[in-house]
Amino acid sequence: MSTTPIKVPTMAALAAAGETADILFWVGCAGSFDDRAKKVTKAVVKILHHVGLKYAILGTEESCTGDPAKRAGNEFYFQMQALQNIQVLNMYGVKKIVAACPHCFNTLKNEYPELGGTYEVVHHSQLLQQLMDEGKLKVAGGSFKGKKITYHDPCYLGRANGVYEAPRDVISKLDAELTEMKRSKAKGLCCGAGGAQMFKEAEKGNKEVNVERAEEAMGTNPDIIAVGCPFCNTMLTDGVKHFEKEATVKVYDMAELIAQANEL
Amino acid sequence: MIGAIIFVVVFISSFAFFTFKILKIRRNILLGQNVNLSGNKGERLKTMLMVAFGQSKMTARPVPFILHFFIYAAFIITQIELIEIVIDGATDHHRSIWHIVEGSFLGSIYTFTINFIEILSVLAFVATILFLSRRNIIRLARFQKPEMKGWPSRDANLILFGEITLVTCIMLMNSSDVALQTMGVFQRTDTLLVSSQLAKLWEGVSMDNLMLMERIGWWGHMLGILGFMVYLPFSKHFHIFLAFPNTYFSNLKPKGQLTNLSAVTAEVKLMLDPNADPYAVPAPDPNAAPVKFGAKDVHDLTWKNLMDAYSCTECGRCTSECPANITGKKLSPRKIMMDTRDRLEVVGKNIDKHGKDHKDGKSLLGDYITEEELWACTSCNACVQACPVNINPLEVIIELRRDLIMEQSKAPSSINTMLNNIQNNGAPWQFSPMDRANWAQEMNT
Repeated sequence: MSTTPIKVPTMAALAAAGETADILFWVGCAGSFDDRAKKVTKAVVKILHHVGLKYAILGTEESCTGDPAKRAGNEFYFQMQALQNIQVLNMYGVKKIVAACPHCFNTLKNEYPELGGTYEVVHHSQLLQQLMDEGKLKVAGGSFKGKKITYHDPCYLGRANGVYEAPRDVISKLDAELTEMKRSKAKGLCCGAGGAQMFKEAEKGNKEVNVERAEEAMGTNPDIIAVGCPFCNTMLTDGVKHFEKEATVKVYDMAELIAQANEL
Repeated sequence: MIGAIIFVVVFISSFAFFTFKILKIRRNILLGQNVNLSGNKGERLKTMLMVAFGQSKMTARPVPFILHFFIYAAFIITQIELIEIVIDGATDHHRSIWHIVEGSFLGSIYTFTINFIEILSVLAFVATILFLSRRNIIRLARFQKPEMKGWPSRDANLILFGEITLVTCIMLMNSSDVALQTMGVFQRTDTLLVSSQLAKLWEGVSMDNLMLMERIGWWGHMLGILGFMVYLPFSKHFHIFLAFPNTYFSNLKPKGQLTNLSAVTAEVKLMLDPNADPYAVPAPDPNAAPVKFGAKDVHDLTWKNLMDAYSCTECGRCTSECPANITGKKLSPRKIMMDTRDRLEVVGKNIDKHGKDHKDGKSLLGDYITEEELWACTSCNACVQACPVNINPLEVIIELRRDLIMEQSKAPSSINTMLNNIQNNGAPWQFSPMDRANWAQEMNT
């Protein structure tokens, strides 16, 4: 891993210099504050930097999209967040957004337009796929050769928005063996975090959802469980720990895998 | 002649009763909030043809798909033979269409159709037996969930036994008909593949008994069909009609997109407007209905949610794919839809008895669906994806959560903490918004 310092540009700094960014990287709350998700954020930035894309973040001007409030049923808090974020985004004239969190991606893409915030929104898997297709991002194969990777579909990327192939395309560039769980794509099983579950104790039952899913993922004997969502990442990491398999089965975001392969 | 009169009376009164019940259900559905789903006719039609007529979402489970398809196809195609049965009944004739088409090109179409029906009926018969054993002998898990106890299971079995009776009667009718043809009593048809085989069983049966058997078959089938029709509006089996409009009015937006409440938008915009006078009293609108957020009872849901409830055939694909249900939580998306229908039926009966403003002091949220069920949902859309007739239990769950949170301020304390954090810190956790880009500073060193 290189430790070359990267100065991450903010929209405010660019605006002050009379410049704009081609794409806004929407970091999200998990990506900003959660120690595990911050690593994914850094991997995404390294890739954006590496391919020379003119990107920027909102920095301290970013705020929660309001997704967990909306899914919990609090439309007031959601719209408070949404309308304030839209003011900021529109002020900077943002046209295109990449999000590394499917929940942010879904909310920005689907729920903001009606409130006055219309942007081209992509998930980082889609951006990576596009960069690869355009030849701007090449993946140095080799380091993952012979490894088995299984991919867990995040609900808000898969079923909610029909994005199943982009993440698989990206992972397939790693030269590893991609194995599918029985419940995948449209039939993918949730990690247990969606709909504001991330922020509460599970209701009474006989098993945790993340344990059920981690068990299924480990049934494919993977070296790596690939994810595309910070919440799935937490849930499946905990699920793997439940079976005390964290030494042999690693949970990584696909951005981290690409960054690792390219030794960024 | 007496037979024909009885038949016509029974036939017309069955239809009248059926229409009466349909209008009741229509009225109940229209108790829901208005939602405009009239656009995108082409795409809607396509969805209906694919999902309802073409059964496309059933294919996710191939074995039940094939078995269900036999019954579905047999049901649709049998309606053709029913035309002749009805004409025969009303005019006191026997195989009146055959009399007209015999010997012509249409005659071969007639024979082909009847044979097609006979073969599909046998396949449907087999499928029905397998469906019955799946419920009662194999006891498939999704048919044994708590919400299936009692009436729902009886309803399912009744329908399956009804189907067996219908197929048995039509085969009895056709096979004794063929036996009578051999005796020279009835005019000969071309070879009927299945009933000519069955007719061999009736060797040695007297002509009078065969005539009686043929009549039992005819009346049994006819009364069975009419009884079926009268029963349908009381049964989960109503999906055979509502699957079509329900898929036509499917949600065409991405599954992840929830509705934005416009009443909230106006309010929030006012709050965020620096020029708004916080003490200004808005001019009262005498016609404005009090704004309510979310749904506490069925009339707060949209008419599409209510149509969903009547379209549900309780197959339980939603529940068997629900992560909460799989891991033993109380939530079952099927129960959400069954509760909605049960509650709507009660509300409808109250209106019939006590007038439209009657309140029975009960509501869907609380008396039917508990908070524990609602808070178990991960909004993963697995139930929405699984439904073969595009029912959306998630929409109902979110509307009920909105009532809990926005009308009753009732939420698990951890949810309240998360909400407060969003309001105060712009993140669901307690971090300072000023620390949001600390990771970027870490990258610059």
